[in-house]
This record gives sequence, structure tokens and C-alpha cells, in this order.
Amino acid sequence: MTTRTVTSPPSPATQERASFWYLVHAEWTKFRTVRGWVIAVLVTIAGITAFAFLGADVSGGCTTAVGTASGTGATSSSTSTSSGTGSAAACAAQPTGPGGVPVIDAFYFARQPVSGNGTITVQVASLAGQVPAAPAGSELDEPQIGSGLQPWSKAGIIIKESTSPGSAYAAMMVTGSNGVRMQWDYLNDTPGLAGSVPATAPRWLRLVRDGATVTGYDSADGTHWTLVGTANLPGLTATVQAGLFAAGSSVNGDFGAMATGAFRDVGLSWPATGWTGTNVGGVLGASAVPAPGTLKQSAGTVTVAGYGDIGPAAGNAYSGSGFSLQRALIGTIFGLIPLLVVAALFITAEYRRGLIRVSLTAAPRRGRLLAAKAIVIGAVGFVAGTVAATLALTVGTRALRRVGGLEWPVSLLTEARMAVGTGALLAVAAVLALAFGVIVRRSAPTVAIVIAVMIVPYLFALGPLAGANGQAPRWPLVITPAAALSVQQAVPRFHQLIAIYRPNEGYYPDPPWAGLAVECAWAAAALALAFFLLRRRDA
Amino acid sequence: MSATARVSPPGYPPGQAPPAVAAAVRAAGQALQAEWTKFRTVAGPSCLLAGVIALTVAVGAAAASAAQCQSADCGVDPAHVSFTGIYLGQAVVAVAGVLAIGNEYSTGLIKLSLTAMPRRLTWLFAKAVVLTGPVLAASALAVTGAALAGRLILPGHGFTPAHGYASLTSATDLRAAVGAVLYLTLIALLGLGVAAAVRDSAAAIGLVLGVLYLFPLAAAVVSNPPLARHLQQTGPLTAGLDAQATTGLSNLPLTPWEGLGVVALWAAGAAALGALVLKFRDA
Repeated sequence: MTTRTVTSPPSPATQERASFWYLVHAEWTKFRTVRGWVIAVLVTIAGITAFAFLGADVSGGCTTAVGTASGTGATSSSTSTSSGTGSAAACAAQPTGPGGVPVIDAFYFARQPVSGNGTITVQVASLAGQVPAAPAGSELDEPQIGSGLQPWSKAGIIIKESTSPGSAYAAMMVTGSNGVRMQWDYLNDTPGLAGSVPATAPRWLRLVRDGATVTGYDSADGTHWTLVGTANLPGLTATVQAGLFAAGSSVNGDFGAMATGAFRDVGLSWPATGWTGTNVGGVLGASAVPAPGTLKQSAGTVTVAGYGDIGPAAGNAYSGSGFSLQRALIGTIFGLIPLLVVAALFITAEYRRGLIRVSLTAAPRRGRLLAAKAIVIGAVGFVAGTVAATLALTVGTRALRRVGGLEWPVSLLTEARMAVGTGALLAVAAVLALAFGVIVRRSAPTVAIVIAVMIVPYLFALGPLAGANGQAPRWPLVITPAAALSVQQAVPRFHQLIAIYRPNEGYYPDPPWAGLAVECAWAAAALALAFFLLRRRDA
Repeated sequence: MSATARVSPPGYPPGQAPPAVAAAVRAAGQALQAEWTKFRTVAGPSCLLAGVIALTVAVGAAAASAAQCQSADCGVDPAHVSFTGIYLGQAVVAVAGVLAIGNEYSTGLIKLSLTAMPRRLTWLFAKAVVLTGPVLAASALAVTGAALAGRLILPGHGFTPAHGYASLTSATDLRAAVGAVLYLTLIALLGLGVAAAVRDSAAAIGLVLGVLYLFPLAAAVVSNPPLARHLQQTGPLTAGLDAQATTGLSNLPLTPWEGLGVVALWAAGAAALGALVLKFRDA
């Protein structure tokens, strides 16, 4: 008697899984063997990379910010006034702070050189100021001045390494409507006592230097002190400048506001040598600050008045010869178009040629066919986007740097998020186009619809075309799949800097991953509808 | 050798053959009639044109409702607000133009058409004429609707004589409306020409919409103002916007009629390319 050895058949689950990967493999073969589609994906990669080089057209372009080229709204009035003082002024290099961050560092500084550890204490009796009476953006040639404060008009005490712009500092200040703050090294901001400073309720401020550490305190009565923040200023020199400062603050890139701080009971633990008034960052020619500040001393009161601001240069305030790394990825919106066409054709071509019947005969479970197609086209989009963005961020930025651009330094993690996020953006967009293709079944309307929801919103959001005085509506980049572009934002918003944060400057309304989630929601909804219709309709 | 070899139309005995011109005219008339029959007996084109009207009017009315003019000289062109829908309407018009030729290729009808009508350029001409008439009519309806909506809504949102908008029905406004209608029609012809050159609907619509939308995007992102202005002058969409402007005419990259001329050049270029491809390539 012979025994037959029987190999046990694979379990049904394993079989199903294997057949699904056969399906994916089949779809991949369909994709890679159409020469036109492969070329289109290469065009996508080339397009995204090439625009990083086109962004390098800043030869002499440092006179204007990206946004002001459109001549819209608030920024045009400020540039028109500053251009009168010579465009060379706007070309002056933006100072950089610790870590190479572009900063605004222009203010009026009543200072004394001090050495070693010590304390400065002061009572801020009042904070007043002047602001342009007409709101920024009006077409008046001579802005009228009225008394008032901007929300971030500031005056207080500061310990700063030197008077050169961009040097390390820590400061305690009262502000127009943001209470007492401690700020240091341009990016850091910590709130202290709330409320404005009327004459009836002065504020006491104190800075204590101990080595490389500066600690800030505030007080409402001069006896009870509260710790506000601790600044670590690595490498702070032994001799620094300590004193009083005032800055009207930058509003939408405009330095039209002036702040006046009245100080009493100025107490220095260091030997007092008398105040020297300095316009840090200069005036007019060197920065956009319209007039020098003033220093007055009388009967125990020191009054300091000045224009300018101390803080990060972001949004449209960063108008010099610089760029945000997001600019390297500006070609994404251009590269999307061939990819969307291919993704739509990936299914509509099957309908057009009748291949869909063969496909569905081979894979009668229609949902799996849809899933296989989505995986293939999504993977193609992801790889294309990641490769293109990586090329743009490495090779492309080199071209941008060569023409003298100064970029906002971003962490490697942020760069990785931008590259992988661009891949995800393209992947989800391709899946969206595929789903629309299943729903509509015809190529031309599919492509038109996908472009209408992916690309036209960006156009609407860019402002010049929306026309409404530079204040483009936010919703096109919030509720449409184009919201995913926010994954490419390189530089954060700063609450302590009032500026115009538009797509032109590389800012998007949504947080990076939230924008991508909006696009994913669109793709998921479209896929669900596509699945429903694919099962329900005859092919 | 193409299956659609050129043969002279039969039926004219030797000696009595009409002059070549008359034959061409007759052929054109027949082609026109045939194309018109094709056009009106399928639902697609009329649905698309209804879509153009609905989209242009609805988006225009929505934009007008959202627009605000708080002060004199607020820098907003009411015609641009009313005609916001054209941003999307032109995509539909372009689809209509592309499909007029693209459908012939995707269904294989092109071989039959060219067998019946061997004068290929006459056939293309008939296609263009048959497309132009209905698109012109639909665009006129769409633009009139959008302009009327703007006329009704905008004065309530600060576009008043006190703010420098004396009238929303002046000769300038009429010129802007005519410019918008002609713009939409030219975009349909651009789509037709590109489809004849590319022969594939999806690729053609991708190309047309790419050309339309990418110029304004590129102009907005380049940091060099002269280059941005050149891009605005070159792109069909931005040039077409100049034809729809009613305020700030002295600051436009192009004068209104120059703008329309640029769009016409794009359409003519695409049509010429399409004609070349059609004439010298097998279908």
C-alpha cells in the first residue's frame, strides 16, 4: 500500500491575501507599461524640482517682498514710503540673531556698559505712543499721526550683549495691550502681569544677570516680586549693555508707530556711568525706522521714545533678501497637474477602452480592484512627491543660496516633514483623482474637477486674483484638498509679531498635519462614494 | 498611407464640374450641418454649457455677497468680483472645447468623420464654428447673469457712487462684459485646438488648465516684479482678466483689448497646431 503525501492547501485567508497582492502587482504592471504615464510622473518630479531654481530669480529682487509685487493692500503703502529713501535700504542685509534666525532689531536704547553679574530694577510710570492715524493700507501719501499704542508697542529694561543688531539679549517690558512680557533672543516670549499701564497702576520690572543666565521679575507694588522667566544666553560676554529701551513695534512690516516709556526709580547694582542714547539698527538708511529716538531725563524720571521692534522677522516683515525654505517647493502645485491627469487616466482609460470589464472579470470583488489601484497610484504619488521635494530641498536650495538669499533656518525634522509631507500630499491627491475617475468615468471632466478642487483654491488664496485689497479669503485653503499645502510651511507664525502671513510669504491657514488631514478626508469620502458606485453600477 | 485618402467628391460629370471654390463652400456647408447634428443630438455639450452658466452666475453671486468696500478707493474692481465665477466657468468651457475633438478620438468616430469629410481642415473649421455659436450664446447668458447679480448685490456692499463706483452699467462695464464673453469663447477654441493637437481628452484638458492656471500662480510666486508682469502679460488667464477690468485701467499689464488679443493669439496658435497635426498625421 502506498501512502500519498498531501501538502495541505494554504488557508483561505492566505490565499486571499496572496491574490490581493497579485492584483496590486497586476495594476502596477498596467501602470508602468504605459510609457506616457511614466513620462508624466517624471515630468511631475522634474517640474517640482525645476521650480526651486525658478524661485532663484531674485537677482536684484531684494527690493521687494514677494507679496508686494502684486501691489496689494497694506504692504504697498509701506514699501512706497520706504522706496523713497532708496531701494538700497531695503536691500540691506536682514540682521540675524542667535542660530542664524533673521530678526528685526531696531529700537532706541538708553544704555550703560556694565560688567559681571548684577541687577537692574525700574518702575515704568507710563507707556504712551504715536500711531499712524489712518490704518495701514490706506492710500494717504502722508500718514497722519495720532496718539495711541499698537498691541506690541513696548518699553522696558534690557540686557544686551552689544549694540550691534542681532546680538543676544533679554528684556522685561510693558506692552500696548499684552501686559508685561519677558522676551529674549528674538524668538522667546513669556507673559507676566496682565493689563495695560495707566498712570494709576505702574509696573516694576527687574532683570538679574548671573553668568549666562538672565532672570526676569515683575511686580505691581515694588515689594512683592514674581518670577516671569529665565533666559539662557550662551556665551554672553562679561561686559554687556544694560538700560532702558522703547520700540513702537512693527505692524505688517511698517515701523510707523512710536512708543514712549517713562521710567522712575531706576536702580542699577552696577556703578552708574550715565545714559547714552543709541539707535540700535540705525535709522532710515540702515533700517526702515522712520526717525531717531529720544532720551530725556528730569527729576528722577527718564523718558525714552523710539520706533522699531525687537523680534523675529517673519511674515511680510521678512522682506529683505531672504526666503523661506517653503519657496523651494513652490513647484508642487505645478507638478501636481501631470500626476492628477495620470491618476485620473489610471481608471478612466479602462472605461474608455472597455478594459474595465476584463479587470472586473479577473477581480470580481470590485472593492479590491479599487484598493489595488489606489495603493499603486498612491505609492507612485508618494515616491514622486518625496523624491521631488527632497531634490528641491537639497539641490534647489543650493541655487537659491547662491544668488545671495538668506533663509530661515529650519530643523532637519521640519525639512523631513516638508519632504515626506509633499509625498503624502501627492499620494492623497492621486487617490482623490482616481476616486473621482471611478465616479465620473470620463477623463476630461475628471481632470477638470480635480484641478478645480486642488489648484484653483490656491489661486483664489493668492490674493492678487481675489482682488480684495490683499486680504484674500482664508477658506479656499481651509476646506478644500489644497489645504494640504500647509504641510510645506517652513517658518512658524509668531504671536508677538503682527505681520501679514499669506501663502505668498509661505504661510498657510492650517497647521501642517491638519491641512493634510483635510485632504485625506476628501480622498476618503471620494473613495467611499467611488466604492459604492463601482459596486452598484454596471461597468 | 491613411485609409482616409483624399478623393474628390463624386457626382460631377466632366466638363460640368463646379469651380473648386464652390465645391469647397458646399463641402463646408455640409460639414457644418453634419457637425451641428452631432453637437445637438448628444446631451454632453448642452449639459456642459448649462454648467458654465450655473457655475459662473452662482460663484459670481457668492463672491459679490462676500465682497466689501468700506471706503472710497478701496481698490476692488466690481467687474472682477462679479466675474469671479469665470475662474471655474472657463474650466467647463475648456472641457467642452476639448471634448468636441477628444470624443471623436476616444470613440474612434474620427475615422468615420474623416472618411465622410476628407477635407480635414474644413472639418476642423466646421467643428470650431459649431462649437463657437453655442459657447458664445452660453457665455453671453452666463456673463449677463453674473453681471446682473453683481449689479443687484454690490451696491449693498459699499460699491456706491460715494465710494467712486458711479454706475455699474457704463460703457466700460459693457466692454468688460463683452470681454468676458469673448474670453470664454476663445478658451473653448483653445481647448479645441489643443485637443486636435494632443488627441487625448485627459492630456488636453490637463494642458489647457495648466496653461490657464499656472501663469497667474507663477506670477504670484516669483519675487522679481518685472518677470511677474511679463508672466501676467503672457498668460491667457491673466491677459483675459485685463479685458474684464473696469477700474485702475492705467495700471494694467495690458490694455483690455491687448489682453483679449493675447488670448486670441493663444487660441489661434493652438488651432494652427491642431490643424497641422490633423493635416499631416494619420488619424
